Amino acid sequence: MIAVVDYGVGNLFSLVSSLERIGHRGKVTSDISEIMSAGAIILPGVGAFRDAAKKLEDSGIGDALKKAAKDGVPLLGICLGAQLLTDKSFEFGEYTGLGLIPGKVLPLKDYARGLKIPHMGWNSLDLKAESKLFTHINCGDFVYFVHSYFISAGSEYVSSTARYGIDVTASIECGNVYGTQFHPEKSGEVGLKILKAFCELEKS
Amino acid sequence: MLAKRIIPCLDVKDGRVVKGKNFVGISDVDDPVTLAKFYSESGADELVFYDITASFEKRSLFTDVLMRVASSIFIPLTVGGGVNAVSDFGRLLKAGADKVSVNSGAIKNPSMIEEAAKIYGSQCVVLSMDVKRVNGRFTVFSDGGRVETLLEAVEWARFGEEHGAGEIVLNSIDTDGVKGGFDIPMLKAVNEAVTIPVIASGGAGKPSDFVDLFKSVDVDAGLGASVFHFKEIYIKDLKVLLKKEGIEVRI
Repeated sequence: MIAVVDYGVGNLFSLVSSLERIGHRGKVTSDISEIMSAGAIILPGVGAFRDAAKKLEDSGIGDALKKAAKDGVPLLGICLGAQLLTDKSFEFGEYTGLGLIPGKVLPLKDYARGLKIPHMGWNSLDLKAESKLFTHINCGDFVYFVHSYFISAGSEYVSSTARYGIDVTASIECGNVYGTQFHPEKSGEVGLKILKAFCELEKS
Repeated sequence: MLAKRIIPCLDVKDGRVVKGKNFVGISDVDDPVTLAKFYSESGADELVFYDITASFEKRSLFTDVLMRVASSIFIPLTVGGGVNAVSDFGRLLKAGADKVSVNSGAIKNPSMIEEAAKIYGSQCVVLSMDVKRVNGRFTVFSDGGRVETLLEAVEWARFGEEHGAGEIVLNSIDTDGVKGGFDIPMLKAVNEAVTIPVIASGGAGKPSDFVDLFKSVDVDAGLGASVFHFKEIYIKDLKVLLKKEGIEVRI
């Protein structure tokens, strides 16, 4: 079972529908024991980092995710969910993340100067490293982004980027923990292929 | 590089897709789910659905359509029409919308933009504007383009951006349905005044209209309705042309 973590942030409809489409059952849950017993976990999220981080901490879901990640359960953060995997964010202050992938979250407007913010729309992926997430896709494939903050991480953790003034981190990973800044559930066939590759990592 | 988006717009009335010419003279076109699938497969980057159902009782038909569309295609969906309260955002987002566009509702109650942005995030708040020249002034119209307001387009767009709108759909009533090309001067005036993405709407009649649009104004997307529904333009062919013209598109 793939747990889709529901912590009151964002719309899970498309994500669950897209998992169904590729033949996997995503169980929307906020139940800690259910999250802990999942074969793979997806952490979605839209909105502000601070509120989301607080909800993860207060609910105990944050600790459960850390434990599951340590136990080797594949974990995928999407958009804000990916940002939450890092150490900290500077969105409206300074807030602590889950610390599963070394990195920080910075405002895109200070780097992609003169460009429209949010970075919204389809951008092409520049694959920077071998990743199990990319088994079924190619360099240059387009995926859908909507974000105003971006992840800054060491190159050893960045598996793909997209050009928007700077090389914006499109995906990060560290061991069994993965994050995509873009929305695979909104990225058409390419997105479904990325989700499929992640679901194939599910532990039995 | 970020691609320019091509977006078919579907007006939905009582659960069916219709099209308008200068907002008058509506004729039935097709089933929303069939059209959505067709567009998704032919390379549409996003879909916009407007609910033009007049009666409140039939509004739930639209929510049903939305849920069926959202579970069958996996590209961004923007929905609008009849968005008069922040609670409408919740209703539509829950049914599978990624962004909700607000038009007359925001004109009547401007604080709605900020309230919705605070609750749901700017990324899902789209300010949709119908603009028409009145004595040379870019004037905002409400109620499906029927009612003239005191708002000027550039000022209203700036207001929207400052209060948390994440995107603007900019429709020219002067060029809408005429199929003579986009309203470049109006689009330019508004696009240059804001830093959020702008979707150009109204006037697409042939593929070269999109080339002219993207070469003349740095808008993020071009929207069309009947040209796509009646298959006067195939999105695949359009994108090949745009790419040949040096415009970045997702193919």
